[in-house]
Amino acid sequence: MTNHWIDYQHSDVIMAIGVNTAENHPMSMRWIDRARERGAKLISIDPRLTRTAAVADLWLPLRPGTDIALLGGLINYTIEKELYQREYIVNYTNAAYILDSGYFFADGIFSGYAEGSYNRDTWSYELDTEGNPRKDPSLQHPRCVFQVLKDHYARYDAETVCKIVGCSREDFELVASTYCATGAPDKAGNILYAMGITQSTHGSQNVRATAVLQLLLGNIGIPGGGVNAQRGEANVQGSTDMAMLYHILPGYLNMPQGMDHPTLADYNAKETPASSYWSNKPKFLISMLKAWWGEKATPENDFCYQWLPKLDGKNHSHIAIFEAMARGEIQGMFVWGQNPAVGGPQAELERKALENLDWMVAVDLFETETASFWRRPKADPASIKTEVFLLPAAASYEKDGSVSNSGRWIQWRHKAIEPPGEAKSDLWIADQLYKALRYHYSLGGVFPDPILGLNWDYGQGEEEPDIEKVALEINGYEIENHKPLENFTKLAADGSTACGCWIYSGYYNDLEDPPAKRRIREQKGIGTHADWAFAWPLNRRILYNRCSSDPSGKPWNPKVPLVFWEGGEWRMNDVPDFAWKDNPPENTAQSPFIMLPELQARLFSPGMADGPLPEHYEPAESPVHNVLSSQQNNPVITWWQGLGKLATREDFPYIGTTYRVSEHWQSGIMTRNSPWLAEMAPEMFVEISVQLAEKLGISNGSQVFVSTPRGEIKAVAYVTRRLKPMQVDGKLVEIVGMPWHWGYRGLFPGDSANVLTPHVGDPNTTIPEYKAFLCNIRRA
Amino acid sequence: MSNVVLVDTQKCMACRGCQVACKDWNRLPAGVTKFRGTYTNPPTLQAHTWNHLVFSETDKGRWLFASLSCMHCNDAACINVCPMGALQRTKAGTVWPDTDKCIGCSICAQYCPFHVPQVSKATNKMGKCTGCAERVSQGLKPACVTTCPNGALLYGERGAMLKQARERVEVLKAQGFSGANIYGESEMNGLGRIYVLTETPAAYGLPEAPGYNATAWVWQLARRPLGTLTTIGLFSGLVAGFLRWRGERMQQRRGDYTI
Repeated sequence: MTNHWIDYQHSDVIMAIGVNTAENHPMSMRWIDRARERGAKLISIDPRLTRTAAVADLWLPLRPGTDIALLGGLINYTIEKELYQREYIVNYTNAAYILDSGYFFADGIFSGYAEGSYNRDTWSYELDTEGNPRKDPSLQHPRCVFQVLKDHYARYDAETVCKIVGCSREDFELVASTYCATGAPDKAGNILYAMGITQSTHGSQNVRATAVLQLLLGNIGIPGGGVNAQRGEANVQGSTDMAMLYHILPGYLNMPQGMDHPTLADYNAKETPASSYWSNKPKFLISMLKAWWGEKATPENDFCYQWLPKLDGKNHSHIAIFEAMARGEIQGMFVWGQNPAVGGPQAELERKALENLDWMVAVDLFETETASFWRRPKADPASIKTEVFLLPAAASYEKDGSVSNSGRWIQWRHKAIEPPGEAKSDLWIADQLYKALRYHYSLGGVFPDPILGLNWDYGQGEEEPDIEKVALEINGYEIENHKPLENFTKLAADGSTACGCWIYSGYYNDLEDPPAKRRIREQKGIGTHADWAFAWPLNRRILYNRCSSDPSGKPWNPKVPLVFWEGGEWRMNDVPDFAWKDNPPENTAQSPFIMLPELQARLFSPGMADGPLPEHYEPAESPVHNVLSSQQNNPVITWWQGLGKLATREDFPYIGTTYRVSEHWQSGIMTRNSPWLAEMAPEMFVEISVQLAEKLGISNGSQVFVSTPRGEIKAVAYVTRRLKPMQVDGKLVEIVGMPWHWGYRGLFPGDSANVLTPHVGDPNTTIPEYKAFLCNIRRA
Repeated sequence: MSNVVLVDTQKCMACRGCQVACKDWNRLPAGVTKFRGTYTNPPTLQAHTWNHLVFSETDKGRWLFASLSCMHCNDAACINVCPMGALQRTKAGTVWPDTDKCIGCSICAQYCPFHVPQVSKATNKMGKCTGCAERVSQGLKPACVTTCPNGALLYGERGAMLKQARERVEVLKAQGFSGANIYGESEMNGLGRIYVLTETPAAYGLPEAPGYNATAWVWQLARRPLGTLTTIGLFSGLVAGFLRWRGERMQQRRGDYTI
């Protein structure tokens, strides 16, 4: 999130798109309702009338996978009706930048396309003789970003958008006029999103589309505004920050590539931009190496840079791992608090792939479907060679540690009770694992140095490791005296500081009174609550907050001033996110985005794999042709081998989409084993419209089969008026909605919707397309 | 003046925190349920389910939510008809079920216009919301109210809650809910749960004109002159035995299930 949960109270219009906020993030409604008490409006964009849509002021039913069409329509509406905030975009974004003359877009394809990928050279700015981008602050130059944007989205007129999305013209106009009115300088529009936006073959561009709209309306960096990703798990923000994904190191440093970064000097030279706060990157990486390898890391040996694993240039995300496993390329696997046999796309393929493992260690609260894949329905345990170990893990209430919420607040949680039986904390399991590895490597092995040289000292023997030592290491300390660092501005690239995750630096900088443990409510103010926990970075609660005031420092909305210039100084209700010592305010008026080389936000972004502007494509499987261009799908999708044949419209005429319900959590292994929750939502069900039910003779509460080329599942039909067939380009389209919480283990088993979902994903992130695919449904 | 729960159905997002918090606080077990083509589950209140969320789809395509529990009626049928005096009015104004006195006759279940009291086949005792008497007597709010994330359930003095309900109705009317209304102000001489509704009570599964058969009063009249518990036991035991048998039959026919 750019903002935070409590800040929702300052919104004037909240648009929940690709997020079912009431159902899956119920606490958000406390702050949304606080805003609505002031007259704010809640818009829900969702294929179904969800619990969010039921309580919203406006509901626009959207065909799954057409978010860019809708958001593009809103961008066009904003530009056409001149509702954008001109002074904001001229100063704070790259709207005025003139693009390279080689850039073009034609019939769904951007310049530079060849054989399934883009050469991005033309997605760049025209430079002046000094090498700086040329700009036209009047926004008139035909190749300036604003004009290119305007032309690109002129194609997204209301009629075309409604044709693609399947909504009525009336609904579109109502949503557009309500939301785009937040382009007024003193109004705040807030976009909430979650997996409905990201889980798509153009998921990253969906997110980009929300950002472009918000920038045009001047909604970034202001109280009540923002692009707010609502994370689906309590600590998924923290796990991303700590680099649980294969392509990054903690704090969003790119993972070194073997080809590009053979030495530390190569890494620093290629990964460190000349401008922006990322110019400090060597300090972050070297401090991390010092945290990992301590005294062993010296300037002479490049701080043990060669002990870091390097990437081989290939994709190693979720789908890629399971494809490799299916090919027999992976011997062993730790499945730690994850349940891909239920949560992974094309789940039966992934379950089958697990059979190729020699060993698997599952660490979880219960025996998950993944841990018991070898005795799943129709499997033959005798023919499966995999040795499976199940390590019982402690639940969140049974261990100390911090949890980072969607608003980047790192909040310490104290252990409430002892874990039952032999269950152990994750830290204890990791500590014991390391100690065992160290012992075996001490006897010999291939390349033992990185393991034996680790700076790992959190506890003796089998005692519970001291988690505060881990916290101090993440926060960072001075090598000389082990004193905690105040924050990351104190990091050095000479080996005098250690820091496990630079963005977290400051969260545990006082061992007596760590900020992450603070719980002081704000007495008066705008709800920043600066002494309640710690928000990365630097306890900053709203990112890009220079944008909350105009170039002269006057707040756009004087009722909720965030950082503003008054009486010859900056007054602050938040930690400033700009060079606030550089005055007068005009000095920072064109550098409010300190993490980008331009120092201004990107309406046009050269950094994406699939285009500098979000463009609508149909999902990999769609019942209709792309109305906007002859390019049916995102042209740079990876079509994974395991996918097999796509569903045809003739055999699989309905759109399938998956989601969660309030009563269950993720793969359901915790909630389906919790009788109070399971009693409320006991069985796998699918939601279909009354019209589809009548056509197929399906009665409410009866059993049905749902199928795709990937597999078939059984479920109970819920015939509901909350799902309606949609008119898409003259064709009536039906949707089959299904939660994905069930699996073959636990107190309340059932079939998993992910047996149906495909092995295909976004070209930037490889996130699977869970939200839109083709299926069929029939009576059981 | 007694305290009441204010149910603001237009703020409710049906997270069912109230339903779970009730089971948690009162240590009520879960049952084995089926998905029956509605999110409402268990489908009715039960001896071990004292609060549940009722989901209703309207013809106009709206999805309505109402947290349902004992209404703690000022004119409570259950108190009047219980042959054992097992249902009692507390000082806080709520209706307290005295399980020790309950003989499982189901008479209360038959007369309650809200189908709140239910008898467990396992224990042969009626179970229903106690108004969290042990919490409110200590200055706490009922468990369901405490857990509600966004103020769809509020707890307070009846006059203040009614005032708030009237204000909410005005706000909702201004928002275009012309049919916004208050339920529970006068029903059953005043309910211990005041509902703010945007549709008719029936749309939420609430009886439009709740009441109970006047002959129920006979029980009360019959009890008073007899005076002693022993006499009541002898007299009502015979009748109750019959009624219990009849009640069970009725429950079976309705397809309810209790454990």
